[in-house]
Amino acid sequence: MISLQDLPIPENLVYVIAGVFGLLAFATLLVAVMRRGKADEVHKELWLRVKSWWYMAGIFIFAIAINRTLSVIFLALLSFLAFKEYLSMIPTRRADHRVLFWAYLAIPIQFYWIHAGWYGMFIIFIPVWVFLFLPFRMVLLGETEGFLRAIGTLSWGLMMTVFALSHAAYLLVLPESALVELAPATAVRQFDKSGAGLLFLLVLLTQFNDVAQYVWGKLIGGPKIIPKVSPGKTWAGFLGGMFSTSLLALALGPLLSPMSLMMAGIAGAVTALAGFIGDVTISAIKRDLGVKDTGSTIPGHGGLLDRLDSLTYSAPIFFHYIRYFYY
Amino acid sequence: MVNQLLRALFIVIIVRPLVLLAMGLNIRRRELLPAQGPAVIVANHNSHLDTLVILSLFPLRLLPKVRPVAAADYFLRNPLLAWFALNIIGIIPVKRVTRGGNPLASSFEALQRGEILIIFPEGSRGNPEELTQFKKGIAIISKKFPDVPISPLFLHGLGKALPRGEAVFVPFFCDAFVGSPRHWSGETESFIKALEQQMSDLAAEGRFPVWK
Repeated sequence: MISLQDLPIPENLVYVIAGVFGLLAFATLLVAVMRRGKADEVHKELWLRVKSWWYMAGIFIFAIAINRTLSVIFLALLSFLAFKEYLSMIPTRRADHRVLFWAYLAIPIQFYWIHAGWYGMFIIFIPVWVFLFLPFRMVLLGETEGFLRAIGTLSWGLMMTVFALSHAAYLLVLPESALVELAPATAVRQFDKSGAGLLFLLVLLTQFNDVAQYVWGKLIGGPKIIPKVSPGKTWAGFLGGMFSTSLLALALGPLLSPMSLMMAGIAGAVTALAGFIGDVTISAIKRDLGVKDTGSTIPGHGGLLDRLDSLTYSAPIFFHYIRYFYY
Repeated sequence: MVNQLLRALFIVIIVRPLVLLAMGLNIRRRELLPAQGPAVIVANHNSHLDTLVILSLFPLRLLPKVRPVAAADYFLRNPLLAWFALNIIGIIPVKRVTRGGNPLASSFEALQRGEILIIFPEGSRGNPEELTQFKKGIAIISKKFPDVPISPLFLHGLGKALPRGEAVFVPFFCDAFVGSPRHWSGETESFIKALEQQMSDLAAEGRFPVWK
């Protein structure tokens, strides 16, 4: 029998996870009541979405609660799938075949730095080394037509789907001080369990904000923010989402992180704002390319990037907020 | 028997995880794929991965029946490759250049045994992600077996993942669109034309980013 103390998560997180499943059960019941006695087509998308939330929550919680190495591998896999979705969606050059291979190779390396808790390398590897190496490799091909666009789109994709998302994974190895004291004196790396709480808080706040924005937007409607990029985004949804997310952060921040009440409330608002920006940024690419969804991996949601879009902004911003003030 | 087992293991342990994770397949109208033999799948050809992806689409129960028709001069050129192609991929070798004899005789026999043939009527992988004219072989087969359904299958993205002449695999999401099965129309030219048209229509369903 595995006891709670053996799992790489703080005890408080167990209660929060239970709360999340409670919330999901409530949402499922709500949608089921909305659909009751109606044709199968009514709210079908919403139903699919709720069902997918169960799978996503289940997989994510499993991945962070079993083993620290597994968690990092899982997040690397998410980055890989998001990057693959991005590359499959954008125009690419045939000549760049091998360059794309090198770009993919950056993913396991980046997550290795995270697993090793090497902050200095984690923070410069992609923006310095990879961004300098890829254009060089591309130049060696000798194909200059479309060079600027090819290197621009490739670098930006890596920035969003790998570098930005990997900040979520680095939360797992905070605080670094724990690493410095223990390694390399001991062969076995001891991790502070609080990292899993931070990661869960970030992901929960970001995804909760997405849903809250959607619900407030549907309930109130009203003027739109940037209709040309994202026709569904209203001011009511944005502000309502920010308000709800801040409340949630007030309740959970002190439980899962070293933040005080006030700092947790600000973290909620900041995460909501960042999530919104990430969302509309990915929307802008979709409008540019003329696609509705980035893929079809998640029933009711679209592609993986449709679900991870907010996290591309909220992960690095939440990470630096926490790290600057507390670690 | 041992070879059938190896083939099933190869599909389950290597091909399916590769298709699922490293590539990711978006398949439309899977239910139109033949559920029993004899039948023929006609697909466009851009990459060695094409055959693997098609094999992965079938349930294991049908796997022993699914036989890709492939060029003997290419796949039987050395003993190791020949063993792999014949036993693991399960190809029906066809001689592209023959002196007498019917190059399709082994395909006819397979259909008589109730097998499901995979045919790439473009004859070669050609330039990746480009459709080319179909060869006549498929019409000859359909004429001889007018009751056997011919199902078109359009594949996209595999030529990007592993194009001809490249040894390095690069992950891309791929699409597989299945068309409704057709039968012999009574005339070679129009049959080929109709099949080519059906393939172009399937290709037009997708919205693919520029790649050149």
